[in-house]
Amino acid sequence: MSALNIKKGATSHSAYELRDPNSNVIERHTLACIVDNEAGVLARVIGLFSGRGYNIESLTVAETDHEGHRSRITVVTSGTPAMIEQIKNQLGRIVSLHSVQDLTVEGPSVERELGLFKVAGEGDKRVEALRLADIFRANVVDSTLESFVFEITGTPEKIDAFADLMRPLGLLEVARTGVAALSRGAE
Amino acid sequence: MTRQMTGAKMVVQALRDQGVDTIFGYPGGAALPIYDEIFLQNDIRHILVRHEQGAIHAAEGYARSTGKPGVVLVTSGPGVTNTVTGLTDALLDSIPIVVFSAQVPTFLIGSDAFQEADTVGITRPCTKHNWLVKDTDLLAATIHEGFHVATSGRPGPVLIDIPKDVQFASGTYTTRETANTSHYQPETRGSIEAITDLVAAIEKAERPVFYSGGGVINSGPEASRLLRELADGLGFPITSTLMGLGAYPASGKGWLGMLGMHGLYEANMAMHDCDLMINVGARFDDRITGRLDAFSPGSTKAHIDIDPSSINKVIRVDIPIVGDVASVLGDILKVWKSRGSKTNTPALANWRSQIKDWKAVRCLEYTPSKTTIKPQFALQRLEELTKKYDRYITTEVGQHQMWAAQYLTFEDPNRWMTSGGLGTMGYGFPASIGVQVAHPDALVINVAGEASWMMNMQEMGTATQFNLPVKQFILNNERLGMVRQWQELLHGERYSHSWSESLPDFVKLAEAFGAKGIRCDNLADLDDAIIEMITHDGPVIFDCLVEKHENCLPMIPSGKPHNEMLLNDDTTAGAIGAAGGALV
Repeated sequence: MSALNIKKGATSHSAYELRDPNSNVIERHTLACIVDNEAGVLARVIGLFSGRGYNIESLTVAETDHEGHRSRITVVTSGTPAMIEQIKNQLGRIVSLHSVQDLTVEGPSVERELGLFKVAGEGDKRVEALRLADIFRANVVDSTLESFVFEITGTPEKIDAFADLMRPLGLLEVARTGVAALSRGAE
Repeated sequence: MTRQMTGAKMVVQALRDQGVDTIFGYPGGAALPIYDEIFLQNDIRHILVRHEQGAIHAAEGYARSTGKPGVVLVTSGPGVTNTVTGLTDALLDSIPIVVFSAQVPTFLIGSDAFQEADTVGITRPCTKHNWLVKDTDLLAATIHEGFHVATSGRPGPVLIDIPKDVQFASGTYTTRETANTSHYQPETRGSIEAITDLVAAIEKAERPVFYSGGGVINSGPEASRLLRELADGLGFPITSTLMGLGAYPASGKGWLGMLGMHGLYEANMAMHDCDLMINVGARFDDRITGRLDAFSPGSTKAHIDIDPSSINKVIRVDIPIVGDVASVLGDILKVWKSRGSKTNTPALANWRSQIKDWKAVRCLEYTPSKTTIKPQFALQRLEELTKKYDRYITTEVGQHQMWAAQYLTFEDPNRWMTSGGLGTMGYGFPASIGVQVAHPDALVINVAGEASWMMNMQEMGTATQFNLPVKQFILNNERLGMVRQWQELLHGERYSHSWSESLPDFVKLAEAFGAKGIRCDNLADLDDAIIEMITHDGPVIFDCLVEKHENCLPMIPSGKPHNEMLLNDDTTAGAIGAAGGALV
């Protein structure tokens, strides 16, 4: 830690502290919040974001520990380094929140999102949609003679790219789950 | 042994277990089972207010003057929505409050039932935490957890919403000892590495200043004692926010007076020019910092706060220390002593002499009048005539509040109750009631403006019913003085709706409530009138007719740094630019 010259008493001990804290660069961070699965807990988290003017780019919520009544709220947010630090500290004040993990800075992580795409078309367009879906390893989960529903899993960027390709091929509707993320490795 | 009882009984039993002897409240339909239990016992005293906002401000006054949590009981719907201002006030000033609100029965929730409101939804952003209890078996544990959350870490208000059927139903009572509060345990010990860094900075500092805040008072009497020991041991000057007055005594040798927008010149200059700023339990509020990019430009900044989110929120600091003030100050003293109790003595002598020059400006001097009572003069006389008493001061919000902070002195913590963060007009009178309930034999004075005071004047009924001898010292300028001052400085003297027409006759008003009224409009009578107020055994409304267009100075105009204070009326014209005018 001393090799990184992290200031003593810094509120978090990560190499990220070496950034210019006064930077105005907007960063995108994925935060994983472990909360008690109780009524209103989601409102506490998103109320904090809206009340203090923070961004939510993506939000995913589900109970992940049924016996422990814990849910995992994955929030993708953006802001300057100082704002991100403040967001994490403000989240830390929520009594029913157990931990906040910043997956963007606390080591490598994996991020996945699931998308469902309804694409309608005939002839060449239909063939092309199916061919591209194959390249993206999207599954066909519903099919009629004039439409497909594709299921695709990947990073948000991959899903964005797939959406761009489907748009001229008759894209009718999109449903996305938002980001789920975990740190890599055994810890 | 498990005990079965109704939810309503559990509320009273849990209050007993928490050592609560006084609550402030107002009954209503959904709260009747709890009120029935209150009727059937004598351990807990219920103070009936006249409006729920009065209940919560009274509880705040009780809490701030005792260090114990204040407890409020209200009914559903309008009962609880009337507490929202007080909850927000307590949240911003970090005051431990536990509100019990009744709710319509669980089977009616969501049906727009009579006196139904989404209480946990409405109060979520203005409480530290809140609960809707739908199961009587969980009620007692939730109440104990509520007290734990309200009083642990950075204190704050919590609310427990109890539907009427949960009050009627029977369940198992959980004792305070068996209630699980383990998951909420904020860190109280500061990092010893950071504390050592601070001590190293202290040893070298040439121009240090302590900047203390409400966190010292919230931490408890030990924190104030340690702050005195540390500041006096080091020989460092010390200023305080509005919230922290009394943590360090006004008679102390390092005392600079309050800092900030209406703080003292010497305090603000010391903050601007210091080379080491030690923030102890304050939060760099915008009333303190003035223009951020010009805030104390050359200093190393240390910040002691129990709430990690206060660190680096507004001002980036060099030495952050997350922990309880008393614990951290104790560790600083130990480390400093163990390293030989060193300070930079020659530099400190120069610094003290510089501060002496700033004090010589005498920033609190004002133009005296031979004909009218200046509000500053009224407070100087009040100070002179009351300081020997066992005295507690509350205030409303506005010019009178700032003058009270400037001209009254505080030797001990928990003696000064004022709405700092939210700036709630109508706070002071009910707060004075709460203080008097906690300290029946003390002299409790609410320094008020007539406009603020009228916002909760219905509490005269409470004062007389419970024979609470609170003294309402109203500096009556027939104006919203601070609004008028800003309109003078910023809005071309267009006094839009900042004066009060058809004010009541405050003496008759007092008499209508069965209290005593005193009016004073004459300099020569002022002392006698104040003495009459003090010695009267009962509540008093003191209508002190003061100069109508007096400005509250000194002042850091909005958008200006600490070293550009307005000191007297000659300098106020055009003092605030367009950019400053956009600020509040």
